[in-house]
Amino acid sequence: MPADSLFRQLPTDAGLLSIEFDGQTLQVPAGVSLAAALLASGVRRSRSTPVNGSPRAPYCMMGVCFECLVEVDGVPNCQACLLPVAPGLRVRSQHGARSLSPASALEEHHDDA
Amino acid sequence: MQKTEIMVIGGGLAGMAVAYGLARLGRQVSVLDEGDTALRAARSNFGLLWVQGKGYGMPAYARWTLQSVALWPQLARLLLDDTGIEVHLRQPGGFQLCLSDAEMAEESRRLCWLKDALDGDYPFELLDPAALRKRLPGVGPQVVGACYSPLDGHVNPLKLLRALHAACQTRGVTLLNGRRVSGIAQRGEGFEIASGDQRWHSERLVLAAGLGNRELGALLGQPVPVQPSRGQILVTERLEPFLHYPTSTVRQTDEGTVQLGDSAESVGFDDGTSSAVMADIAGRAVRCFPRLANVRLVRAWGALRVLSPDGAPIYQALPGAPGASLLSCHSGVTLAAAHALRLAPWIAGEQALPEISPFDLQRFTTPAEVRHAS
Ligand SMILES: Cc1cc2nc3c(=O)[nH]c(=O)nc-3n(C[C@H](O)[C@H](O)[C@H](O)COP(=O)(O)OP(=O)(O)OC[C@H]3O[C@@H](n4cnc5c(N)ncnc54)[C@H](O)[C@@H]3O)c2cc1C
Ligand code: FES
Repeated sequence: MPADSLFRQLPTDAGLLSIEFDGQTLQVPAGVSLAAALLASGVRRSRSTPVNGSPRAPYCMMGVCFECLVEVDGVPNCQACLLPVAPGLRVRSQHGARSLSPASALEEHHDDA
Repeated sequence: MQKTEIMVIGGGLAGMAVAYGLARLGRQVSVLDEGDTALRAARSNFGLLWVQGKGYGMPAYARWTLQSVALWPQLARLLLDDTGIEVHLRQPGGFQLCLSDAEMAEESRRLCWLKDALDGDYPFELLDPAALRKRLPGVGPQVVGACYSPLDGHVNPLKLLRALHAACQTRGVTLLNGRRVSGIAQRGEGFEIASGDQRWHSERLVLAAGLGNRELGALLGQPVPVQPSRGQILVTERLEPFLHYPTSTVRQTDEGTVQLGDSAESVGFDDGTSSAVMADIAGRAVRCFPRLANVRLVRAWGALRVLSPDGAPIYQALPGAPGASLLSCHSGVTLAAAHALRLAPWIAGEQALPEISPFDLQRFTTPAEVRHAS
């Protein structure tokens, strides 16, 4: 059931800055959280859940619900509502659970011990 | 005054497993539970069905644990049939990872003792680092070896509690929340139970209130020697599946988070957390699985185990209060199947259960030599 976003940007004179979201450049208000910046830009889906894959976007805006998880500058599962937006952030949707890097050199080198 | 055939006090894992077992036998059961401010291990545990090492020094406890994990698939199926809730039972075996030779020696000594005590019927393997890494890729270089038991497993403990609640409701159990029992009196052939201004009458009574059993026992003149032991647990963000076996300190849940834990502290009834212990738990987890180093933690809590002096459960028909049974245990997840499918018929008076006589209260007051002589 699509509904219009209830999210409205209050007038601000903090200016705009640009970030990247899933490869697209967005002009977003400065001085807000990354979650607010995404919502203000009309982003309606910023992750899919690991449990059943359903689409989600920021919800509580105060660090509780974990609906706002995104990948920021290569770091997965960041809570966008807890991060101030900054120029040049490279943000990607978080799809499902984060993957772990394969067993690192640290783990492997013991084989010859 | 409301009447019920069997009143269970305590809606945690012990009380709900027994209530479910009794309801399956067609008994009329009610459960009184204190509610959200109570100490509730059922909602804060680690979710292991753990066999290895259990019952060291007390073979009856090892056998009872083995019986329960063998019954677990049946319990999971019954709950699924009654409620549609999948509790995510997995029994692939489990690892105890050792970070020093001393740890490895101590764990193997205990397992060898248990194998002897159970006449060899106690499977486990001791793995050197090379063998371990083949079974469990991603283990760190500081792990010197591991014990593996094919009988260990895990379950989603919150889904288990939810399934037990739903199954009880389906089978007509009356569940009353927010009722802290403050009075119990023997009345004629039964009991009068008080919570606030409400009163219930029951023919039989089951005390299954976790640490609350200390106060409830006292109301019937029965000291219950259980003590709180605090465990702290950390939970990570959700990760793609990387760990397909439970270990005693790190396990990945069905929904992707990783639980880290297994601390034990005597701090009375304080169920908080402390950064020193959390740092220890996290440090150990990273030494076991270095890939966890950059993983985010999203939750932490402390919770109180219900521990008897020897760590084993207490099952006791109260001598001074005919019709009342006492049930106190740690490892209520592991034992849930035995509680629902074996202990409940015993409480209902339908089945003798000689294997639980070692779990009576007398063991804490009678010197061991005398007990063995008799
Ligand atoms: C940190 C930690 C990790 C654990 N990990 C595992 C594990 O991996 N595997 C495993 O098998 N077990 C584990 N356990 C143990 C397991 O959680 C407990 O054995 C189990 O929850 C005990 O069940 P219980 O019903 O006796 O107590 P609880 O679950 O504590 O329930 C007691 C209930 O009694 C109620 N109550 C108390 N007083 C009253 C009163 N006066 N009137 C009415 N109601 C009352 C409370 O509301 C509560 O719901 C762990 C426990 C802890 C603390
Ligand atoms: S929107 Fe709820 S945690 Fe970020």
